[in-house]
Amino acid sequence: MQNKGWIALKSYTVLVYLFMFAPVTVVVLLSFNSSQFGGFPIEGLSLRWFEALWNNAAIVRAFQTSLLLGSLTALISTAMGILASLALVRYDFPGKSFLNTLLIAPVLVPEVVLAVALLLFLRWLSLPKNFLMLLMGHVIFTLPFVILVVQARLVAIKRVYEEAALSLGANKVQAFMQVTLPLLMPAVAAGMLFAFTVSFDDITGTLFWKPAGVETVPTQIFSMLRNSISPEINALGTVMILVTVALPLLGAGLARRLSRTPSN
Amino acid sequence: MASDRRPNLNPIILLTPAMVSVAFLLVVPVAFVVVYSFWLRTSVGGEQPGFYLDNWVEVLTDSFYRDILFSTLRIAGITTILCALLGYPAAFFVANTRFRNKALLLLLLMLPFWISYIIRTMSWINILGVSGAFNYLLEALSLTDEPLQMLYNEVTVILGLLHFLLPFMILNIYVSLDGMDRDLVPAARSLGTTPWQAFLEVTLPLSMPGLAAGGLLCFVLGSGTYITPLVLGGPTDAMFANLIYEAIITQLNWPLGSALSIVLLLILGSVVLLYNRYLGLNQLYKSFS
Repeated sequence: MQNKGWIALKSYTVLVYLFMFAPVTVVVLLSFNSSQFGGFPIEGLSLRWFEALWNNAAIVRAFQTSLLLGSLTALISTAMGILASLALVRYDFPGKSFLNTLLIAPVLVPEVVLAVALLLFLRWLSLPKNFLMLLMGHVIFTLPFVILVVQARLVAIKRVYEEAALSLGANKVQAFMQVTLPLLMPAVAAGMLFAFTVSFDDITGTLFWKPAGVETVPTQIFSMLRNSISPEINALGTVMILVTVALPLLGAGLARRLSRTPSN
Repeated sequence: MASDRRPNLNPIILLTPAMVSVAFLLVVPVAFVVVYSFWLRTSVGGEQPGFYLDNWVEVLTDSFYRDILFSTLRIAGITTILCALLGYPAAFFVANTRFRNKALLLLLLMLPFWISYIIRTMSWINILGVSGAFNYLLEALSLTDEPLQMLYNEVTVILGLLHFLLPFMILNIYVSLDGMDRDLVPAARSLGTTPWQAFLEVTLPLSMPGLAAGGLLCFVLGSGTYITPLVLGGPTDAMFANLIYEAIITQLNWPLGSALSIVLLLILGSVVLLYNRYLGLNQLYKSFS
């Protein structure tokens, strides 16, 4: 009886996985389709759509924008996130839990409202939309993720390590740089990757914030979808999957390896 | 000892960059949205500062906005329930399997998180479109003469949202199931319950926090989206965020867009506050640790 139930549960779970992965698999599959049209039947395998991507100046530019935006976002929000997490985990002060919630707030506010708010503020300041604004928008949106990831790890790093370094004559900055930060590295790497992929993938806020003429990969895909789905979009999708899935996986593997080998 | 006096200053310095950013990029801007919602749009496209209730009267009394608000909440609600129905068994299976490659199953659960939202949304066109996989299959099996038009309706919007939000639900349920004491179910069984009773009276209540956290995320994220209806919905399937996008980006009607934004913020904000009041936001953090 229980066994039968378990088999049913197993089959159901397989179906759920299938539901999650079938559409994505089809994207990858169709991106290799040599047919002119973005759909079935598959006429033959070819890399022509990837070649088309490579020769499409608009798409290459969108990629450069996304990579730059994602990297800068990751750097800035991780730096801010580490500092804030240190304060929130290592110190006690009045209003701490309120500040903690406030720092998480950007993910609790619907992104479309956040997008409107930031845009309105910029307009009130009579500033035109620009790349810096897009970057700041991405930073504020990814900051909560970094703080959550870094805090979770920081709580697990015992304070005695830092105290030992301090008692051996290190100052606070030295203790942080040489003891806490190396122990925190996996979370720093994870936070950065998280911020990078969230930024790389973001479309909701980006559509509001991007200056005219600037496209990121998701907004580029979005504007290409206005016409119809093409094999080129599928190829772009495949590349996106590679960047946002393969890269974090590689990073996670690397982080695990780094955390295993003792520093020094 | 001198260093013992200074730490009181330290957290302030450490928090400054993040707090200044949140203040200037979130708190002040949202305050501006509130102020703008009481301004008037002039006939030449500018704004008339002041305290006018016109936008609010329009948003709160026009049945056009009310209908879309209700359909948005309905779509998000249905999606959340479907996420729970699909996600719970899957999370339960992964949490309890003795399968050797459990780590792999977990990784697969996490993978959709990393796959781009716009790609996952548009991928449904490849499945349900006129030249999509489903129509191809139907034709190959000679079940239809001509391709079925399955896209661009409320069902496909829900499908797209479900695909986008399911990982949030699964992960939250998994985290709470995984943190459960492994001896509780055998204990209940030894006291004579059936497996089903043990599940209903032990496992399910203990996993409620994860289910609620996942539900909150699905509902809030689902209610705030405008991309999915744009890509997978028809002309009449706009959701509330589409109204905001239209007002701001297309019509440049900032005061109206502001009032609409505040409505969405108030509704979803109260859902978050209610959740925080009864369950605590810290459950949400668990899936990150």
